Amino acid sequence: MRRFIVCALFLLSCSAFAHKPSDSYLTLDVAGTSVSGQWDIALRDLDFALGLDANQDGEITWGEVKAKQAAIESYALTRLAVAQGSSPCPSQVRERLIDRHSDGAYIVLRFDAQCATSASELRVTYGLFFDLDPQHKGLLQIQSAAGNRAGVFSAERPTQSFVLGDVSRRQQFTEYLREGVVHIWTGFDHMLFLLALLLPSVLVRPGAGRAGAWKPASSFRQVGWDVLKVVTAFTLAHSITLSLATLGVLSLPARLVDSLVAASVIVAALNNVMPVFREGRWLLAFLFGLVHGFGFATVLVDLGLPRPTLLLALVGFNAGVELGQLAIVLVFLPVAFGLRATTVYRRVVLYGGSGVIGVLAGWWLIQRAFNLA
Amino acid sequence: MLTGIGVQAAPFVPGADSEVLERLPEKTSPQLRQLKAMRAMVARDPNDLAQVAALARRYIEAARSEGDPRYLGYAEAVMKPWWKQPDGPTAALVLRATLRQSSHDFDAALADLDRVLRREPRNAQARLTRATVLTVQGRYAQARSDCEALPGAAPQVYATLCSAAIDSLTGKADEALRALDAAMSARGVDAGARAWGQTLLGEIGQRRDDASAEPRFREALRGDPNDPYLVGAFSDWLLDHERPREVVTLIPADTRIDPLLLRRALALTMLRSDDAPAAVDALRARVLASRARGDTVHQREEARYALALNGDPAMALELARRNFAVQREPADVRVLAEAALAARDAAGMREVREWLANTGLQYAAVERMLAAGAGGRAAR
Repeated sequence: MRRFIVCALFLLSCSAFAHKPSDSYLTLDVAGTSVSGQWDIALRDLDFALGLDANQDGEITWGEVKAKQAAIESYALTRLAVAQGSSPCPSQVRERLIDRHSDGAYIVLRFDAQCATSASELRVTYGLFFDLDPQHKGLLQIQSAAGNRAGVFSAERPTQSFVLGDVSRRQQFTEYLREGVVHIWTGFDHMLFLLALLLPSVLVRPGAGRAGAWKPASSFRQVGWDVLKVVTAFTLAHSITLSLATLGVLSLPARLVDSLVAASVIVAALNNVMPVFREGRWLLAFLFGLVHGFGFATVLVDLGLPRPTLLLALVGFNAGVELGQLAIVLVFLPVAFGLRATTVYRRVVLYGGSGVIGVLAGWWLIQRAFNLA
Repeated sequence: MLTGIGVQAAPFVPGADSEVLERLPEKTSPQLRQLKAMRAMVARDPNDLAQVAALARRYIEAARSEGDPRYLGYAEAVMKPWWKQPDGPTAALVLRATLRQSSHDFDAALADLDRVLRREPRNAQARLTRATVLTVQGRYAQARSDCEALPGAAPQVYATLCSAAIDSLTGKADEALRALDAAMSARGVDAGARAWGQTLLGEIGQRRDDASAEPRFREALRGDPNDPYLVGAFSDWLLDHERPREVVTLIPADTRIDPLLLRRALALTMLRSDDAPAAVDALRARVLASRARGDTVHQREEARYALALNGDPAMALELARRNFAVQREPADVRVLAEAALAARDAAGMREVREWLANTGLQYAAVERMLAAGAGGRAAR
């Protein structure tokens, strides 16, 4: 005779007459770009997934848990994705403990996740155990400057986003601002392009023709005006293309942009040795500034762009670039102005410096154009 | 509100490798150890419905015998190849219906069963399951016609039990008792039917305040002393008869089954035991966890907790009402009556009175509550 499912007869013994179902408890503490997490996962559930009970005696010992530690951590962490905006926050386990909950022993994984940028939104994708037990749930608590939030992950809702609040909008702006500054300082190509254009600013070449010799500029006012024209032209140009590229209006292949940026540095350096754009260096700054803008956009896109705050990110990043640029000018200008009358400045700094910059940029161009790592 | 659920204060590093952190249920159950082997076989061929269905049935049985809903999730997971099919194989539809009713998705369960019975009118499991779901919803006439279609498809005793269960809820408790007694004394009744019949007998006795309830429960418990449903039903009887001490010995202190923890906490509170606060705290943690995960299948127990242990009749009434909208078993009627009486809610009392009048349900304790409610109103 066929066996009947007795459960159907005692209906409630299958539902209400029950343990606590399988849950895990996830706490995320968000502070800027750092997220510190604690994840409590029932040993019973891990045993079902990974077989912790190595000697099959029906008991899970601490030794058995430790033996499977690496497997447990990779099993868990590959099933959890935390991101701020669209930039993922890779995580690493810092501490492993045990806790006793009312329904049994849990492993406690404490981990750190580092996000590339902070955003107004935390996006969490949770996939633990859903393939083995679709009734499993992940109970999430988020603590941030905006207060505490709670969420429940289920097989039907594995991904959820949490607004971290207005506080982080300002944080986010600062974050992108900082990224902009960092980028102009560590992106040598942009800095060298600017320097190459500024080196001759403290000098004038009164005579027409190539043979004319460089003379120190007479007034700071004259120098300042020249620098302002170059910097403004560069800023205006790269802001235009940075915005257009970030907003998706225009795009150029990254390899072409990188190669053109390198080429622009060569041209700027060569122009100091064999001037073509003499007083019109601002025009050079503008034309190539357009190319550099595309380069900035690649960086910004790589940082991850949260849709709702795209403009905020764009303005912040651009402002950061300008601030970084301004700092370079402020350091360069007084020094160059002070040294402008010396032969060292003309011979070593202007010609030598431009030569070194040109050679370096030539090497970049070869690397980038031919895709050599 | 969520603070403190599950995430407890002091995680630790165990002192020794040999320290036992968790005892798995299979330690004491050879049947559960067998499931591991079956699971391995299914993993090799996850699309073999016969094999998968056998495992899913075993998981559903384990969920019941262990009182652990995890096994229902495991069953759902192995059913995955058929889970989303609206019109899948019969065996898959019946199992899906069983799992869906377990999570109180009664309408979806009934849709699956209707489909099976259109295809195979003599599918006994589908008939029984549909009769049960309809009974829980209080749709007795429809349930009865499923019971009446059983003879020939299933052993006669199942048809008898099925009809007697409905009789006992519709004003024919005496007939039900006679039929059940006769069925239980027949030869060759299988263990499942015997457990069902004895539990029904105990419950009918309890509702009628009949002294015969105790020996019936005890006999059923001899068959399976750990059956969570049975232990819970007998505990309720003991609590009604002010014998909390026996409940404390019947339900172990470390029970992980929430409804049993509730009965133990009720008993300890009645005894004014020093252990009562700890049990109530543990129960509170479970209730909060269940709310946090958004479950609603425990509203009946939650209402009892709110009323008797948390002193919150308004909340209890709200939960009992919501619960009664979904399921209408005698225990659901009783919780609603208790909560309505405590909250002095005339509408709730009226709902209970009408239910009893319309169905003919005989339940002495509920009738006393109705009388107390009416008396209270008259006194004011």
